[in-house]
Amino acid sequence: MTASTLDTMTQATTPTASPEQRTAAFYELEPHHHPEGASTMLGFWIYLMSDCLIFAMLFAAYGVLGGNFAAGPGPHDLFELPLVAVNTAMLLFSSITYGFAMLAMAKDNKGGTIGWLLVTAVFGACFLGIELYEFSNLIHEGATPMRSGFLTAFFSLVGTHGLHVTFGLIWLFTLVIQISKKGLIQSNKRRLMCLSLFWHFLDVIWIGVFTFVYLMGML
Amino acid sequence: MSEHAHPNPNATDHHDEHGASHGSMRDYVIGFLLSVILTAIPFWLIGTHAIADKGTAALVIVAFAMVQIVVHMIYFLHMNTKSEGGWTFMALIFTVIILVIALSGSLWVMYHLNTNMMPMAHQMEQVS
Amino acid sequence: MAIEAVDHSHWSPLLGRLWWDAIPPDPIVWVTFAAVMMGGLALVAGLTYFKVWGYLWKEWFTSVDHKKIGIMYMILGIVMFVRGFADAIMMRLQQAIAFNGSEGYLPAHHFDQVFTAHGVIMIFFAAMPFVTGFMNYVVPLQIGARDVSFPFLNNFSFWMTTSGAVLIMASLFIGEFGQTGWLAYPPLSGIAYSPYVGVDYWIWSLQIAGVGTLLSGVNLICTIVKMRAPGMNMMKMPIFTWTALCTNILIVAAFPVLTAVLCMLSLDRYLGFDFFTNDFGGSAMMYVNLIWIWGHPEVYILILPCFGIYSEITSTFCGKRLFGYTSMVYATMVITILSYIVWLHHFFTMGSGASVNSFFGITTMVISIPTGAKLFNWLFTMYRARIRFELPMMWTVAFMVTFTIGGMTGVLLAVPPADFVLHNSLFLIAHFHNVIIGGVVFAVFAGINFWWPKAFGFKLHRGFGLVSFWCWVVGFYFAFMPLYVLGLMGVTRRTRVFHDPSLQIWFVIAAIGAAIIAVGIAAFIAQIAFSIWKRKELACGGDPWDARSLEWSTTSPPPHYNFAFTPVVHDIDAWTDMKRCEVEAPKSGFLPIHMPKNTGAGIILGGIATVFGFAMIWHIWWLSAITFLGMIGYAIFHTFNYDRDYHIPADEVAATEAAAHGQPLPAGA
Repeated sequence: MTASTLDTMTQATTPTASPEQRTAAFYELEPHHHPEGASTMLGFWIYLMSDCLIFAMLFAAYGVLGGNFAAGPGPHDLFELPLVAVNTAMLLFSSITYGFAMLAMAKDNKGGTIGWLLVTAVFGACFLGIELYEFSNLIHEGATPMRSGFLTAFFSLVGTHGLHVTFGLIWLFTLVIQISKKGLIQSNKRRLMCLSLFWHFLDVIWIGVFTFVYLMGML
Repeated sequence: MSEHAHPNPNATDHHDEHGASHGSMRDYVIGFLLSVILTAIPFWLIGTHAIADKGTAALVIVAFAMVQIVVHMIYFLHMNTKSEGGWTFMALIFTVIILVIALSGSLWVMYHLNTNMMPMAHQMEQVS
Repeated sequence: MAIEAVDHSHWSPLLGRLWWDAIPPDPIVWVTFAAVMMGGLALVAGLTYFKVWGYLWKEWFTSVDHKKIGIMYMILGIVMFVRGFADAIMMRLQQAIAFNGSEGYLPAHHFDQVFTAHGVIMIFFAAMPFVTGFMNYVVPLQIGARDVSFPFLNNFSFWMTTSGAVLIMASLFIGEFGQTGWLAYPPLSGIAYSPYVGVDYWIWSLQIAGVGTLLSGVNLICTIVKMRAPGMNMMKMPIFTWTALCTNILIVAAFPVLTAVLCMLSLDRYLGFDFFTNDFGGSAMMYVNLIWIWGHPEVYILILPCFGIYSEITSTFCGKRLFGYTSMVYATMVITILSYIVWLHHFFTMGSGASVNSFFGITTMVISIPTGAKLFNWLFTMYRARIRFELPMMWTVAFMVTFTIGGMTGVLLAVPPADFVLHNSLFLIAHFHNVIIGGVVFAVFAGINFWWPKAFGFKLHRGFGLVSFWCWVVGFYFAFMPLYVLGLMGVTRRTRVFHDPSLQIWFVIAAIGAAIIAVGIAAFIAQIAFSIWKRKELACGGDPWDARSLEWSTTSPPPHYNFAFTPVVHDIDAWTDMKRCEVEAPKSGFLPIHMPKNTGAGIILGGIATVFGFAMIWHIWWLSAITFLGMIGYAIFHTFNYDRDYHIPADEVAATEAAAHGQPLPAGA
């Protein structure tokens, strides 16, 4: 029944072994280095999963309310596919440039990392700019979030994604400062990897947004 | 991290961090090209109304979205079943399950609710 | 009393909606306020007189030690539990006397706040801190770790939870709390029907506390996954750690839903969005649907760790390994998944069709199967064991009986046609108090009695503990069995005044039950006070219960690095295994230990969050903006601090160990 009898350390984990042997079998006597930040990537991934569920709720709300136009404008009256296509391109470009930043980081190329990060930031800012332009157009046409259930859900879903991109940009600039001050030390690399997950995760959400909101809306 | 031998061979080493790879240039380029293609096709399909039947068109673009999400997961997020001892993958699978339950469940429940809340034909007749 | 006719439309740029009309027009509140202020001033004066502020700040408020944070969670839980219980007593008294034309003593506006606050406080600010506190304190010790994965985040999570609690307490004296019931269903919670600050207090206290809960969930998952002692594979983890893992998975997968729904409600209230409005294509029923996607897993977030506590206690006091360890693990996992597909049973009557209701009815009944399996495991562990009826074991036995009754009435409610009769009746109230008090509250007392000696090095006094135990158990049955009867007679929940005099006797019995529980709570507080006073007599060693898992292998209280040497695990009950092999802890060869540094960032961020929440509630926009930017700015500033850890020198470890074991300092250690 006792698993320890099946143990490879059978002798040491029985009372017949010498006290020293038993102590050595049950305690870690050698220095054991717990690498700093060993849990960070897993922790950040789990956080992203929870963030994903926030978006799931917004998608669910859009799914439920998306057809409730309340005699207001619908997707066909509002959406401009070319604009969305450009926007999607911006996000895709920012993704690959972030990838280049990570490759530069792997080569310990500080200048390259910062350079590619800044290029990523430019694309991210373009994405946000286009989104804000789209929102302001809609609001000028009277299609405000208060107009209907559909517009409420639309602005909340797309806006939440936009807010995430905004926070990603703030984080990115913080990291640029930290890297230029401290260099590509281990904790900065870890932070870059977390932001990488965050940035690419936002891409994945955007795939859902352009498919379910824009493309399905234009059917 | 230095390879560290435990005093006990039975001990599992759960410090195998840095399992997350940074990817390579090849990965990023392949991922980027695939995602450009997978984005462009559905935009083209919808923009030109290439598929007349709405149901079919919806299914097709959803299929493209699914594939593209997988591409992003593999090439940009470097998702695999090994990193972090498989825990990131497990977390992903669990999240997908919860996501499907919550989304499909909500839509099912709310759709059902609306069907029962709408004034039905025979009720309308009774009123008039 | 007539509907409130107070006009709360005053707004100024400087103070927002905050004005003299924020003082509640209620003498009961004034007296409470005076008492709280005097008590608070006495406490502050006492702390200042004895010069303990510096000690509290350095050793507790800024501490990243999981044990201290766990204890602070427990203290928060106890304080809020007493507040929530005060609400309960008020309701019981009101309902016992509001007959025969009497309006009772609580006006409707106040009564509605009381039942809302009772529910919110008990779930979010009593039960959740208790559960999180236990997990924080016990899990790292049980897995042989020195701290959690993210010690600073742990401190931050605690202060966010406290921040939410502070806001909800502020609502008692400044403005009002929600009058919507604990889940604030729209359209009642919408701006049209609840225009004043009550619902906003509810939103922001939950939103801020929710951040803390979510982050602590991430933290504990990582701790359990990454920081287990060598040799402890998943199937050698103690059951409490297993249930903690599943609970935290539930937290991470459920609390985002709450966050999202609260955001939607906020957008409706603050900016006039149409998520849950009656007009412009909103859907109030969608709120009910979404919030219960969080709400049902929340129930299991509370109960699963309690199952873990009972498991540890049962095997300890039966002196044998838990019966069916593997089935226990699988039952926990099955419950984790199933808890996500039963949410609709909270609103069978909303109007979904027969197929939807039957699906969720059946899944609800199915979930009782793994729960039943757990109960049998505990019973089989007790079977033919030499049971020691210490206080924790007595609470456990009381749980088994009480929870089984509550579980059966739950299965009854899972039948949709029966639910159509009993929905929103006192039968439902009786049912969930039966499982939450019988399951969670009893587990809290069992756990406190069980782990107190570990945390403080002395046992809790048995005599007072027995008084507390019997008052609680007897009081519980007196307080809630009448509610089953009333529910079957069709009495609805949240009712303030009754017209049928034949019902009064049942409410009087329930009020007597609540009074007996009050004695139980008083005895519990007396138990703690008396035990602290008599701590020399009650002192005990590292392992006072002859227990089985690793937390008992270190000293009581544990040194702040927990283990001088990380234990190596070979068997499920690792400490029992070590005792069987008569392993002696090493007495020399100590090594420097790597530990995280304390930081004030958590309490500062929590403080700013409190002000931010308050400013949002009162529409003080300039202050909201400043505090919001302040939080982000301070968080970024904190990331510029790379110097976050230090090493405890080997000498100091040797000295601490020697002092704890009462030995002279080994030469040359």
